[in-house]
Amino acid sequence: MSNELETKTLLEMQRRMLRIRYFDERASKMLKRGLIPGALHTSIGQEAQVVGACMALGDADYMTGNHRSHGHPIGKGSPLGPLMAELVGKATGICKGKGGSLHLADFSLGSLGESGIVGGNIPIALGAGLSSKVLGNDRVVLSFFGDGAANQGSLYESMNMAGVWKLPVVFLCENNHYALSTPAHTVTSGRIVDRAAGFGIPGVRVENGQNVLAVYEAVRDAVDRARRGEGPTLIEVMTYRFREHSEGLKLGVDYRDADEKEQWLQRDPIAIMREWLIAEGWATADELDALDNEVLDEVEAAYQFADSSPYPDASVAFEDLYTEVAGAGR
Amino acid sequence: MSIMTYLGAIGAAQREALTADERVVLIGEDVEANVYGTTGGTGKSRAAEGDFLQTFGRNRIRNTPISEESIVGAAAGAAMTGLRPIVDLSYSSFLYMAMDQFVNQVAKNRYMFGGQASMPVVFRSAMFYGLNTGAHHSDRPYPMFMNVPGLKIIAPASPSDAKGLLRSAIDSDDPVLSFEACPLWGMKEEVQDDEYFIPLGVGRTLREGSDVTIVAISGGVIEATAAADALAAEGVTAEVFDPRTLVPLDVDGIIKAVEKTGRLVIVDPAHRTCGAAAEVSALVAEHAFSSLKAPIVRLTAPDMQIPFSPALEKQMYPKRDGIAAAVRTMLGLAGAAA
Ligand SMILES: Cc1ncc(C[n+]2csc(CCOP(=O)(O)OP(=O)(O)O)c2C)c(N)n1
Ligand SMILES: [Mg+2]
Repeated sequence: MSNELETKTLLEMQRRMLRIRYFDERASKMLKRGLIPGALHTSIGQEAQVVGACMALGDADYMTGNHRSHGHPIGKGSPLGPLMAELVGKATGICKGKGGSLHLADFSLGSLGESGIVGGNIPIALGAGLSSKVLGNDRVVLSFFGDGAANQGSLYESMNMAGVWKLPVVFLCENNHYALSTPAHTVTSGRIVDRAAGFGIPGVRVENGQNVLAVYEAVRDAVDRARRGEGPTLIEVMTYRFREHSEGLKLGVDYRDADEKEQWLQRDPIAIMREWLIAEGWATADELDALDNEVLDEVEAAYQFADSSPYPDASVAFEDLYTEVAGAGR
Repeated sequence: MSIMTYLGAIGAAQREALTADERVVLIGEDVEANVYGTTGGTGKSRAAEGDFLQTFGRNRIRNTPISEESIVGAAAGAAMTGLRPIVDLSYSSFLYMAMDQFVNQVAKNRYMFGGQASMPVVFRSAMFYGLNTGAHHSDRPYPMFMNVPGLKIIAPASPSDAKGLLRSAIDSDDPVLSFEACPLWGMKEEVQDDEYFIPLGVGRTLREGSDVTIVAISGGVIEATAAADALAAEGVTAEVFDPRTLVPLDVDGIIKAVEKTGRLVIVDPAHRTCGAAAEVSALVAEHAFSSLKAPIVRLTAPDMQIPFSPALEKQMYPKRDGIAAAVRTMLGLAGAAA
């Protein structure tokens, strides 16, 4: 199946996964050094799940995401500089310094925003699907959310409405097995993917969520189906976050089993793809090393861009609430 | 001009907007069957022909499941991507089901994303107070939403305002909540048939007077004008001012109206604490303190839930007699106690 993909596409997948990895590693270091204020959640370990899904979309397609937020716009192709500047709170940030790590958005690429409210923006994706259908513009919407969010009612209201209206929405559950410290199986009755059946829509589970091609293929099929007007799909991707829920979080107890963690760490999506690319003759080790360095340079440039950008003028805090300055009020 | 009811004027504004702009869609529970009387041909039930569903089609007129959270969020998402939805939420008590979407998505997205999003969406709801529907259907919740930066709020108190304000709301690129007072549903007056737009943030003066200023909100407006008319017969003239929209609020209009008389009574059918009347009172204290000849009086619903029995509910909202009595007391007129 993947043979039909061009080398370019395959290498682009690897490139975007590397972007997420190195961006997040850099951001984590910056947070530790006090250069990034606030909270920060990395997608390290989940790169295949993010990139495989994003690469199945076209440029005009929409995407929404959650607090584990940097990977989504990066996966969609957003340039790193304005994202990094946003994390630092600079004027050149993608949201002018008003969103921060949890609220990245790049509307120029259909990234309609990440949400700090777990499950809160699933209905936004539903609405983007509604506009696509009413306007007939052929756009598909990808909604990322976690296993934790899968227990919010907003998902079920939205799956129902998307199902009954046959909206072009792909609901993608990033099942990294934990919602903060809570193991999914202790708070989730049944399998998340099976909930699709209740709404009469397809449910697909990607067991090997560390394999970018497996994710890509599942999401591509759902996107094709959505574009044909056949409605939504629920996809559950099994994955794992390699780091703590958020950077700097220190809990007294380790809620994750050491063996379990070790087994997952062996399944690094970037290493898996690298090996496969070499084994299948799509790229040489040297070429992939060069790609590594290119991305490291990109991240360095993003850092420099963020670092050298000015902080926003204080007046910016008072802009963008409304499209126009509100009426006659004082 | 033709005679329209308050409800008919809302329907007329929606029809105009749907006709004027293909991007306008209307979603909500039971809108296809015109259960609430604003999505039909004429009248309150489903018309034989010419209702919204027949006129604009199923793509643009959509019955929703009873899923307020996702209705509101979906309207926001649709507004962020090219549609201009009108959402009929029926009773305003149901807005609480979607509080997260209103507060965390609708109000914040444009700001959080640095102006990348615009949110041209209108959320209509009816305040079924005074109709013996009990505590779960009688809310007047606009003050809560006044406390959420990013939302605009209209509270029309007449058919012509309902039509003109709703048109402006649908035309706005920002989210607007329309709170419609059911006690006004049957109110009739001459309304312009042509399109017209009443700007948000501009109040209107209903009565001119020099003894006292009554700032009245939503369903309080007809009670205030009735009180002013009764007082006029006694030789007391009241300036009656309706801000019409709560966000933006016509602060200059309110201040001018108060400065004219030096006395202020505020009439507001919503709850008292942190309410619209409290806000008006604070603004006047801040900006027109030196012109006040008497303490400000707020006439509001008490901080109490709404009881079902007509015998109990009727005392809960400010009425014309109470307003007139409050004015007499303020002016120290004989018989004030009566
Ligand atoms: C409505 C809401 N409840 C709780 C939180 C606090 N919180 C933030 S992330 C998180 C865990 C989310 O888990 P999941 O959806 O699985 O995403 P993951 O972090 O695993 O990627 C919690 C409880 C929140 N932000 N929003
Ligand atoms: Mg999780």
